[in-house]
Formats: sequence, structure tokens, C-alpha cells
Amino acid sequence: MIRLFARHRILLPAVSLIVLLAATFYLQPRAMSYFGVNLLFNLAVPIALATLAQMMVIMVNDIDLSLGAFISLVACITATYLNDQPIVGVSILLALITAYAFLGALIHRLELPAIVVTLGMSFVWTGLALMILPSPGGTAPAWLRSVMTVKPPLLPMAVVAAVLISALSHVLVMRSGIGTVLRGVGGNAASVARAGWPLLRLKALAYALAGFFGVLSGMALVGLTTSADANIALRYTLLSIAGVILGGGEFVGGRVSAVGAVIGALTLALAASFLTFLRLSPDWQIGAQGAILILVLTARLIFTRRDRSTG
Amino acid sequence: MMTMVKSLIGRPWIWSWIAAAASFALIMGLTQGRGAGELAYAALSFGAFTAIVGLGQMMVITLGPGNVDLSIPATMTLAGTVALKGMGSDPGTALLGLAIAIGVGCGAGLANFALIYLLRLPPIIATLAASLIYQSLAIWSNRGLRIKPPAGLADFATGRTIGIPNVALIGLVLSVVVWIVLERSVFGRWLLGSGQNLRAARLAGIPTELVRAVTYTTVAVLAAVAGYLLASFSGGASLNMGQEYLLSSIAVVVIGGTSIAGGNSNVPGIWGASLFLFLVVSMLNSYGFGAGVRMLLTGLIIIGIVIAASTRRVRA
Repeated sequence: MIRLFARHRILLPAVSLIVLLAATFYLQPRAMSYFGVNLLFNLAVPIALATLAQMMVIMVNDIDLSLGAFISLVACITATYLNDQPIVGVSILLALITAYAFLGALIHRLELPAIVVTLGMSFVWTGLALMILPSPGGTAPAWLRSVMTVKPPLLPMAVVAAVLISALSHVLVMRSGIGTVLRGVGGNAASVARAGWPLLRLKALAYALAGFFGVLSGMALVGLTTSADANIALRYTLLSIAGVILGGGEFVGGRVSAVGAVIGALTLALAASFLTFLRLSPDWQIGAQGAILILVLTARLIFTRRDRSTG
Repeated sequence: MMTMVKSLIGRPWIWSWIAAAASFALIMGLTQGRGAGELAYAALSFGAFTAIVGLGQMMVITLGPGNVDLSIPATMTLAGTVALKGMGSDPGTALLGLAIAIGVGCGAGLANFALIYLLRLPPIIATLAASLIYQSLAIWSNRGLRIKPPAGLADFATGRTIGIPNVALIGLVLSVVVWIVLERSVFGRWLLGSGQNLRAARLAGIPTELVRAVTYTTVAVLAAVAGYLLASFSGGASLNMGQEYLLSSIAVVVIGGTSIAGGNSNVPGIWGASLFLFLVVSMLNSYGFGAGVRMLLTGLIIIGIVIAASTRRVRA
């Protein structure tokens, strides 16, 4: 049993999610419906996309502390330019993805610490967001609103979206040739370079992918909340890092899992609802989220350590 | 003279001081020299808090890649709240409050290290998860009340001695202590050695886990003291009082010339960078920029300094 968990790293995040889900349904049986599940996981879609964005950066051994600010900026642009002048909006969003690729190249070329550059960029993104939307407001584009609130048969939109997103990103990161090379950059950059791959472009590509998923996350968020403000997604920075780690990823070595990251994000989103159902005093909600995080990671420690001792 | 200039330019901390002086000069250029004293006074007061938490963050970052304390804001808030509650605005309780704050700091630091050591969590995740719990503790103990600091303590925190803000004097004393420990003590050598090569340090017989435990406790105690002073300085603790110090504690370490890869630390740079961070915001303020432009430029300036510092390193 323990060996099984140790061999298949995806099992533990999945089991954590199922246990949490079962506990939620036990506390609140009425949540076990189409509408209930949709409500539970509603905000999970932008968090899952943000987690994937963070995963792209962690995959190449960096960390992005500006992601929350970036997603807030995307949300502000989506609620203003993309709604009023779609062409301008789309080109700004494309420019932002290019900016991310450029950042990746800059960090690689000048050997800058990613943690610091992204920290500086978080000021830049928040500054831009404040310039676009000094006070909360804006309107979500109607098409985006209807995409995010569509009611597919059988399963709620949030679940369908999570499955689709994890399948697509799994193919991209784990199955495709370029995904394997990108994970290789995190594993051993020198040998990837020796094999003739241009590291600079690979790093830029990883960051561009992060920017792409960041843009999707911001758009999804506005589709749900219908308006935006410059600080709307600041907490996503920490949520996304926690999601990647919860999903079985590691900070170094290119050891990440796309499906795991989505599951990690779902677990984080569910933890918030679970704590509400527990009727926990609001004072302790944040703390309990921290405790759940520690608990899941402790479980992982038990399995990985057994793995090492049994060889 | 030339050699002196050269050796000065060779110091990694000089750039943060040049940047601080340049922003000071730019503000003075705008006001035609009026208010220089007040500006320097404000910079020393507000810079002191950043410098105190920056010192702690610097020691942690010196431990090597992956070491960073994200729980600084939560520890500051928790220490400030609990200390003010313990003092209950009663006169003559300032030392009691300080003792409570230091106790909270020790507890938070040891808890952080326990998570890192016992559960083998990456420090980023461990301190992040722990900070969520500290936040809850602060909310729970505060109950939305704003307790005033004892009058004597508030006067001390906002007062001055021989023209220098008291908080800055405390910050200076702490910096000197940290400098002596890092540069002149065995523990400092151990810390730098662990940061440069953990495996080699362990093989050389350095008690690396003890070094880590002491460092993570020190950073939490420094954060707690900063929280205690900040709460006394601003007339009470608030739940978001530590917020801005997460970014600025890491930013001053890097701008100050400490290597983010660890194994190398730099105390004077922390002060230069703390003054600079305050001055650059005042400069952009006095030039009449809005909040958005101000943040945008602050970010670009931080990245610019990091790039400037790195190209210098590559050439050298």
C-alpha cells in the first residue's frame, strides 16, 4: 500500500482531495448535487490555471512571486479594454505574454535570481493595474461571462473545466517532446544544453507558458466575479505555490505534475468551503488552511521516506 | 585617493547608499533644499523597521538557496498584538511588552524550524503555512480591538535622542550586534560556511542544524521586536501592519548587496537599501506621481539595481 503511494506520486494528492471531499459531503450532504459541487469548486478554475502558471516557472527551477499581481493586472485589462475594445485588449494580453517570455530570457541571460526579479515585477504589475483601474470596477465581457457560467449536462462547469485543463496541460508538459525537454531544463540544464537545445529560448518558452496560463487565470476570474480591482488576485501568488507543492511537485529538479497541480488547486479551493461547513470561527479559517497544508505535506513525507528506506 | 575610491566601489553595499543619496538629492532639488532635516529624520524612522526585519531575512538568506522566511509579516503582527494586549496601556509595562514580543518571536521561530526540520518541508512552504496560523492567532487574540501602547512607550518610540529617532538607534544597535556576530564570532563563520556549502560544512563538523535553528529563531525575534516597536510607534497594532514587510524585507537584502545564493551577507547594505526604499517612494511622491506610476517605477528601479549589481559581478 505504502509502496503503491510511493511509486505513483499522483495518488497521494488525489486521495487527499477525495478524503476532503468526502468529509465535506458528510458535513453538508446537500453539497452533493450538481449545484452544490459547482458552488464548492467555482473559484477553483482560476486557481487551477494560476497553479499551472506557477508550475511552468517551478519546472525550470525558478519561482514566480509576481503571479498574483500579474493575474490581477490581467483581470483589470479583461474588465476594461477587452470588454470595450476587444482588439486592443487582445494585443495588450499578447504583449504581457511576450513580456513574460522576455523576463525568462533576461533572468537566464544575466543569471538573475528569479525570486528578486519577480518580486520587483510584482510592483510593476500592480502599478500598471492601478493605472488602468484606480478603483474597483469594470465589466466582464458578456461572452466570457457565459463561458464561465455555462451549465454542461451531468457534471458542473468547474469539474468539466478542471478535467479539460488537466488533460490538456498533462499532454503539453508530460507527454509532448517540448514538455519533456522543459522538465529536463529543471532536472539538468547543462545536459540539455549539451544535447544542443538553446537554453535561452527554452527558459523564455517556459515563462511564456506561465504568462499564457496567468492570462487565462485572470480572464476566468473576471468571468466569475464580473468586475475587477488591482488587488483582486494578490493571494494567488502563495496559493499557486502551495498548489504546486500539494500536487506532488518539487521546487527543484523539474519534478512537477500537471494533473497534480490541478488537484492541489482543487484541494485548496475545497479547504476553504470545508472550513465554512465545519462552522469554524472565522478567526481560525486562515490558520486551519495552513494546518491542512501542513497535514497533507506530512502525509507525503511519510510515504516518500518509506520509499527511500525500502529503496 | 584613487585606491580608496576603488575599494569603496568594490564594496557591494556602496550601490544601495549611492541610490539612497541620489533619491535624497533629487527630492532636495525639487524642494530647493527645504526640509532636508525632516526628510532624513523620517527616512531614519521608517527605514529602521525595514532594516530590523531585513537583518533577519539577510541571515536566513545567507543560509543558502531555498532559505527564506515568509512568516515575517505574520510574526510582526502577532507579536505587536499580543504585546500590546499584555501591556494593556498600563504605564511602566514597556519591558513586560518587550519580553512578551521576544517570547512570541522565539515561539514562532522554533515552530518554523520544527516544521522545516521535523517535516522536511521546504522553508518557503513551511513558513508560509505557519504564517497562516500566526495570522489566525493574531486575529483571535486581537478581537478587532485597538489597544493603545502605554504613553511612555509611545513617546519613546516616536521620540528622539541627540536628534536621531530612537527606533533608528535601536535598529543601529541591533545591526552592530548582527555585524559582530556574523563577522567576528564562531557562529557567524558557521552560518556563512553552511550557506556556502552545506555538505562541506557538515563534514567539517559544523552543527548545521543548530545553526539553522538559531537563525530561524533570530529572524522571528527580530521580526517580533520590529512588530512591537511598530505597534508602539503607530499607536496600536493592526492586522495588516506587517503586510508590506514581506516584499521589502527580501528587497533590502538583495538591493543591499547580499548574495541571494547564500553564504555571503552584508549589514551596511541593509541600511542603505532601507533608506533607499523609503526615499524612492517619497521622491516619486514629491514629484506628484499617482499610486500606480509610483509602484511601477519602484519595481523598475529595484530590477534596475539588481541588474546593475549582477553585471558588475559578471565583469569582476
